[in-house]
Amino acid sequence: MKHTDERPSAPALPTREPVRLVDRHGRRVGHSSFTAPDPARLVELHRAMLIGRRFNQQAGTLARQGRLAVYPSSTGQEAAQVGGVLALSDRDWLFPTYRDSVALVAHGVDPVQTLTLFRGDWHCGYDPHRYRCAPQCTPLATNASHAVGLTYAARRKGRDVAALAMMGDGATSEGDAHEAYNFAAVWNTPVVFLVQNNHWAISVPLRQQTAAPTLAHKAVGYGMKGYHVDGNDAAAVHAVVSHALAEARAGGGPALVEAVTYRVDAHTNADAPQRYRDPAEVEHWKERDPLIRSERLIRDEGLIGDAEETERVLAAFGAEADGIADTVRERLAGEDELDPRSLFTDVYATVPPLLEQERAALADELREV
Amino acid sequence: MAAAPTTGVSMGEALNRALRDALAHDSDVLVYGEDVGPLGGVFRVTDGLTAEFGQERVFDSPLAEAGIVGTAIGMAMYGLRPVVELQFDAFAYPAFEQVVSHLAKMRNRTRGAVSLPVVLRVPYGGGIGGVEHHSDSSEAYYTHTPGLRVVTPGTPADAYSMLREAVECDDPVVFLEPKRRYWSRQEVELPVRTEPMAMPVVRRPGTDATLVTYGPMVETALEAAETAAAEGRSLEVVDVRQLAPLDDGVVTASVRRTGRAVVLHEASVFGGYGAELAARIGERCFHYLEAPVLRVGGLDVPYPPPKLEHHHLPDADRVLAAVDRLQWESAWVDDGEGGLPRP
Repeated sequence: MKHTDERPSAPALPTREPVRLVDRHGRRVGHSSFTAPDPARLVELHRAMLIGRRFNQQAGTLARQGRLAVYPSSTGQEAAQVGGVLALSDRDWLFPTYRDSVALVAHGVDPVQTLTLFRGDWHCGYDPHRYRCAPQCTPLATNASHAVGLTYAARRKGRDVAALAMMGDGATSEGDAHEAYNFAAVWNTPVVFLVQNNHWAISVPLRQQTAAPTLAHKAVGYGMKGYHVDGNDAAAVHAVVSHALAEARAGGGPALVEAVTYRVDAHTNADAPQRYRDPAEVEHWKERDPLIRSERLIRDEGLIGDAEETERVLAAFGAEADGIADTVRERLAGEDELDPRSLFTDVYATVPPLLEQERAALADELREV
Repeated sequence: MAAAPTTGVSMGEALNRALRDALAHDSDVLVYGEDVGPLGGVFRVTDGLTAEFGQERVFDSPLAEAGIVGTAIGMAMYGLRPVVELQFDAFAYPAFEQVVSHLAKMRNRTRGAVSLPVVLRVPYGGGIGGVEHHSDSSEAYYTHTPGLRVVTPGTPADAYSMLREAVECDDPVVFLEPKRRYWSRQEVELPVRTEPMAMPVVRRPGTDATLVTYGPMVETALEAAETAAAEGRSLEVVDVRQLAPLDDGVVTASVRRTGRAVVLHEASVFGGYGAELAARIGERCFHYLEAPVLRVGGLDVPYPPPKLEHHHLPDADRVLAAVDRLQWESAWVDDGEGGLPRP
């Protein structure tokens, strides 16, 4: 047996200053390692963020109206979600959490089906295989090892498939996050773990969550690259996630990307953030809104065209976002017929005798009502 | 009592052969876990498989059970059929959330769009002199979770057949291996296919009472039945095999025939799987019963240290003592002419 103490060299530590390519005033910032996406992509990122912002607002309204049982808003986090998701190829998989509806919509999942979970009609509203998108994960960080396994299986089958596994800052404290990082690194699977550090795990602030210099630093202990990115800069998130995905595909190993952002809204509509955080902090982050900076960049640099063309296209984006929101509202206006007998169909591949008996008993109860 | 066979196939060998045949049969099958590679597993159930099928198909993973099950879920989402080993019953607990919240529920959450053909092999139960955390009977934790198939073989032939069936099954299967029976032998030619695992089987026919059991206690029940027969009492032994979802037809038919039942398992009695069996028998067989359904199992204490475990583990004597309590004299008065109902 070969005895060896040879170990891979340690990846470079992430920078304390997050990677930023566009500042909060919409001005480009030079960076030694990353360059901003081309203009068409920057415009596309803005469009997707607009749709996401409008979707968040619409879903929040539906939750207040009681049409959704609950909605975890990601207002303020659109750049992190859209920037990451648009870096995926049409073969890649997304492993989202419950706060990633905007990511799902940007990934192409039917917007209404992304809300099935929150509407209470079912758990996962879409076919994961059709959209290459795992169910929205509510237990924290447990989706991350699924991404590792899926990309491992795809490689075994000779297919070029990478995955974006999403989690929040709180989730990085979970054991499942640790295990997933470690498996991905040991197996060298093409997974990018996108951590949206929105500073709050419901009511627990980041400083009570971790003593790490940045969440990206956690990567280094696994022999994995960690990137610390301005999560409100869609250009930076997109550039870094694209780079990390390309490296991972090429066999360079998985990566952890910490996108520093902020949860502007409450945890969900059932939360009371005034109990635990200073409104001034929210205002501070609102000035760093990802949409403000991307719009300024587009206008100042004329990425779409002249002023008239810019207004026309931005207005069209707004109308498109409104249209999607309107469609969501209309499609959720009524109540879908839910057949309680369907509770029994997909527990096992075939309905076992005991469940058959319970289904018959429930049918009897329904007849009596 | 008949001497235990010293020839034939052991349960461990049958499981090893089942894995080998499953790997050979389907290139989507792969086996991984802790120490299952070159070592062949701490119980040698995966012995020789890495050599035969290569590191790509049979390999050691990092030491992390939640990660093992989580990655297996992801692999199954992309069409593989992973068979993972969770080295000991109590060492499977770190994976519990992955098992309960994802493995068991994925089909249901996605309305059947995603099935997870994953087999979790869990060596379980005591009787091998293991120090703490190596002897738990953890079946009830899993049987209480809809969406999982929970199976446990009681014989080498079943071990082979049920593991093959588990690998072929489109549901996630928690395959509980009664580790104290790894070395139990049976004359059987492999490959063999026994009854479908969802069906309980009558291991030994009898007329006076039914012993309902599974896994490590099948052998114990058969030993008790052998002793009882010598004393003139005919016990039927039913091996449940697939604990969940339960198809209780064979169990209730047997108890309706015999009119008496003892439910037997190695796990602690309180809140155990036997409570489900006893309740079900009570509901389905009440008018056929001559006596209350009794449960025999381990003590309601944390699994004892090796030198005391024999007090915990049910043996044939404890089973026979329960059988003796089945009110044999209370229902009928022997008048010498076939009996009279007691007034």
